[in-house]
Parts: sequence; C-alpha cells; structure tokens
Amino acid sequence: MFNPQWDTNTPNRLRRRLVNGVIPVLLLAGFSVSPLVYANQAILFQMMAFMALAQGVNLLYGFTGYLPFGYVGFFGIGAYGMAISIQLLHFPGILAVIIGGLLSSVIAMAFLPLLRLSGAYFAISSLAAAEVLSHIVSNSAFIHITNGPYGEQLTQSYHPLTSYVVMVIVLVLTTVVVIFIRNRPFGRALMAIREDPVSAAMAGISVVRARSVVWLLSALIAGLTGALFGWHMSVFYPSTVFDLNISILAIVFTLFGGYGTVTGPVLGSIVLYGLYNAIGISDPQYFQLIYGLLIIALVLFLPGGIISLIQRRGNYVP
Amino acid sequence: MSHEPVLAFEDIVKKFGTFRALDKVSATLKAGEILGLVGPNGSGKTTLINVISGLYNPDAGKILFQGLDITRWPMHKRARVGINRTFQIPKPFKSLSITENVALAYHYGSKPAMNPRQALDFVGLSHAASQLALQLNSTQQKLLDLARALAAGPKILLIDELAAGLNHQELKVIADHVQLLAQQGIALIVVEHHLGFVNQLTNRVIVMNAGKEIFQGSLDQAAQDPVVSAVYLGTGS
Ligand SMILES: Nc1ncnc2c1ncn2[C@@H]1O[C@H](COP(=O)(O)OP(=O)(O)OP(=O)(O)O)[C@@H](O)[C@H]1O
Ligand SMILES: [Mg+2]
Repeated sequence: MFNPQWDTNTPNRLRRRLVNGVIPVLLLAGFSVSPLVYANQAILFQMMAFMALAQGVNLLYGFTGYLPFGYVGFFGIGAYGMAISIQLLHFPGILAVIIGGLLSSVIAMAFLPLLRLSGAYFAISSLAAAEVLSHIVSNSAFIHITNGPYGEQLTQSYHPLTSYVVMVIVLVLTTVVVIFIRNRPFGRALMAIREDPVSAAMAGISVVRARSVVWLLSALIAGLTGALFGWHMSVFYPSTVFDLNISILAIVFTLFGGYGTVTGPVLGSIVLYGLYNAIGISDPQYFQLIYGLLIIALVLFLPGGIISLIQRRGNYVP
Repeated sequence: MSHEPVLAFEDIVKKFGTFRALDKVSATLKAGEILGLVGPNGSGKTTLINVISGLYNPDAGKILFQGLDITRWPMHKRARVGINRTFQIPKPFKSLSITENVALAYHYGSKPAMNPRQALDFVGLSHAASQLALQLNSTQQKLLDLARALAAGPKILLIDELAAGLNHQELKVIADHVQLLAQQGIALIVVEHHLGFVNQLTNRVIVMNAGKEIFQGSLDQAAQDPVVSAVYLGTGS
C-alpha cells in the first residue's frame, strides 16, 4: 500500500523529489489563477480550506491511525481565536489568524491525553471534546468574549482578497509540510507506530513524542484554516464553525482520495467538493444519494482511496 | 572485556492482578555472555523479557544497565542505549518493506550498529529486502525481528524463542550466529523450550517455574537437580 524501498537509487530519488515538488507548485498556480477564470471565489476558498483540513486529517489518520471526528473543534477554536484577537485586542487580520492557529495548538495540548485512547474510543472522545469546546464558546457566560450564540461580525476587517491569498499560502505550506514528513524517516516512523507501537518503541522511536508532534501540527493546520475561514466569511456563528459536517467532509475527502499519500487528499477534495457544488446545492437529495453510494463503494472496493488504483500497478504516487 | 555486569536485575516482581507472573527473579549478565532462560509454558519467561525491555513496569525490584538504574525507563530510551529484543510472536511493521523495517531501527537506535544491509545479510533476508514484511512467513518474520534488533545496536539482546519450528540444520546455523553475536560482545538472554538448542549455545541457564527462579547454574547441573527434573524436565517439552 505504501511506497516500499528505503530508496537509495539516486535517479529514482530525484524523480520522486520532482514529482513531489510539482504538487505545491500546481496548487499555488491553480488557486492563484482560477479566480481570474472562475468568478465564485467563495467556492474556491472553501475548496482550499477543505483541502488543508483533509491534509490535517491525513497527518492524523494516514500517518498515525487516529480518526479525528472532533477535528472541527480545532477549526472552530481557530475561528474564535482570530475573531477575539480582532474584536477585543484589535489585532490586524493576519496576526489574528496566526493567533487563532496557535490557540488551537494550545487547546490541543490540553487534549493530549486523548492520544492514550485508541480506535473508536479516540474517535468518540475527540467528538465529545469538540462538542465541549463548541458549548463553551456559545455559552452566554462568555458573551463578553465570544458574543455567545450571536456569533461574530467582523465587517470592519473584511478583506476577501487578503484572506484568499493567505489561504493559498497556508494550503501550500501545509502541503509542503506533509510532503516533507512523508519523505523523512519521521514519516516512516509514524507509519511504523501506526502498524505496531510496541515494535516502534523497540526500534528506538519515541511513540508519545511523535504522536504529540503530529497532533499539535494538525491542530495548527485546522486552527489556521478555521481562522482564515472566519476572516473570509467575516460573519459566523458557533454552529457554523463547529459544524460536525466539516469533520466528516474532511475525513471523507481524505479517505476517498487515499490517506497516507500527499495527492490523495488533494484529489479527494477537488473531486468531491466539486461534485458537492455541481449538484449538492441545486439538488441536495441526489447529492446525498450519490455521496452515500460513493462512500459505500469506497469502503467495499477501494479502501485505499482512488489513489490506490494507480498504486496497485506498482506506480509511485507522491 | 570488562567484568562489570552489563545487566543486573534484582528481585523482580510482576503481578497481573493478584497473580504473580514473576516472583523475585534476579540475575546478572556480562558482555559477551549467553544466559539460557528455560521453563515450562506460563512460567514467566516472556514476562521477564517484557520487563527488561520496558514493555511492562515491574511491581518491585530493580533493573541496572551498566550500573545505571533503568527500572522506570520507557522502551525507546532503553533501545537507544542498546537494549533490544525479538518477540515470541513476531511483530514486524507489516506494510513497510523489509529494508524499511530494519532501517528505522538503524536510524533511531543505538550506535555502533550493523547497518540495514549487514543486519539483513546476517539473518539471511537480503534477497527479500524490497518485499513488504507481510509477505514473509512467520519464521522469516522472526528473523526480521532479529535483524531489526541488531540494527538498533544492542549491547543486550533478548531473544524469545527463535528456534520454534526450525529443523536440525537450521538450528545449527542459528546457534552459530547467536554465538557470533556473543563473540562481538553482545550479552544475550535466550528464551528457549528446546534444551538441545540451549545446550549448543551456553552452559549457563535459569530455570523458571510459576514465576519463580527454581535453578540458576549450568545446564548439566540442572539436569541432575531433583526440583528441576520434577517441574520441568519431567514435563518433557
Ligand atoms: N499481559 C498479561 N496479562 C495477564 N496475564 C499475563 C499477561 N502476560 C502474561 N500473563 C500470564 O503470566 C504467566 C507467564 O506468562 P509468560 O508469557 O511470561 O510465560 P512463558 O514462560 O513465556 O510461557 P511460554 O513458554 O508459553 O511462552 C502466564 O500465566 C500468563 O498467562
Ligand atoms: Mg513466552
């Protein structure tokens, strides 16, 4: 399933580096140019946001085996961290976005003990954690900080173009980080942990540390993305940024494309988010039907995602 | 070679609930020495390996590595100073290649160590280097465990039942290889049911029964010891 060979063959390695390098360049070029030919910037922005989230899920699930149903919690915290930085601290947008991302990582630190759980227990607890965060944010006791259930209005700092550009940068950086991890011994170490944590520890890998690094990193990605999403929308409610569907879609996009690769989440987001916009808005019932069938087909026939169709023939997929 | 023990464990107790899987087990081991660990099923051999390698924390007792108290160290830290092991039921990284399995241990483990190619050569798996670990049969997976342990640069190597399922010829080859490791200064504890195999390796054994150390000394003496004959040799495995 994963690309074998601790590759020492130099031409091969060069070619792989090249293929890997092409992906962030294509993303950068694609999302920079597409607003000129496709007018609906909101859709492009959300596609980027989902692609970044899918890479975050990919890091957690694809490399360490934790399925984070509550991933949206970090997204929501990022959005609120950003909004509070603008409203109460009067920070400029970009700085507020960074604060939002960092706040998510800080919150992730508090939830590090979740990593002691495995399988379904982790999935459910992460969901519960996201619910807790959502309730805290929308609680009227914190109305002076979060504006409680009434949401955030950031109309004074509405900068659709800047937030779009920063989203492109965050997406490209996220992708580069995933490529980097995948091609380093650290990425192999994560896959080893996923396979057998006891053997990994006996190979000298600090399992707790490696998992924690990935957890904080994926929280940072979701936090930055959520912050950018909130900034780009400039009006949102707790129910918008803590919407469980955000987790589900990011997970489905990752699994559909193929976890454990860099290309999988990219393709999954383009195809499924594209489909969502093509028919999901006009004919939601057909969309749900097609979506359901796709997921069932995936589980039954292609557990490695669409990428595995290419990998099966022994091809290298970045 | 120094006469300071590289490994010493004292009065190790390990309980599962109220059941004492290890009940005050002690021994010391010098560099280059091979200690056979024998005893009937369920006598606590694997549990002792698990405690020394850090998979389990003992409920009492002390483990010293080159005089340093490592009783509470996590597994990866022990691996990094040169304590490694194989598993009775092999535990390779199944979807990684054979080379990757070993290369990870080489990258994260202790130095000096055999590099991945040398380790695979040593156990005779180089021909399969680019295959995935899940393609190996269980005997080969045990050898892969051994190669991975070697690439982590062990000073102490704990081998849990390598001989099971091997024929006479293969046993001889493995015994020679294990002896070669001892000559390089690695201290080994070898868990084995097959007494003939232990006999080819070493004359120094610990015999365990129901978590207790019932004999420590030479294999010849063990054979004459009435207690040992009663609980172990009498069972005829
Ligand atoms: N994780 C565990 N939880 C509960 N009991 C355990 C655990 N591990 C081992 N035991 C029990 O401890 C005792 C010793 O087991 P251990 O695996 O150490 O025996 P062994 O000497 O290696 O046996 P074998 O020759 O069959 O491998 C057994 O009774 C076993 O059931
Ligand atoms: Mg055993």
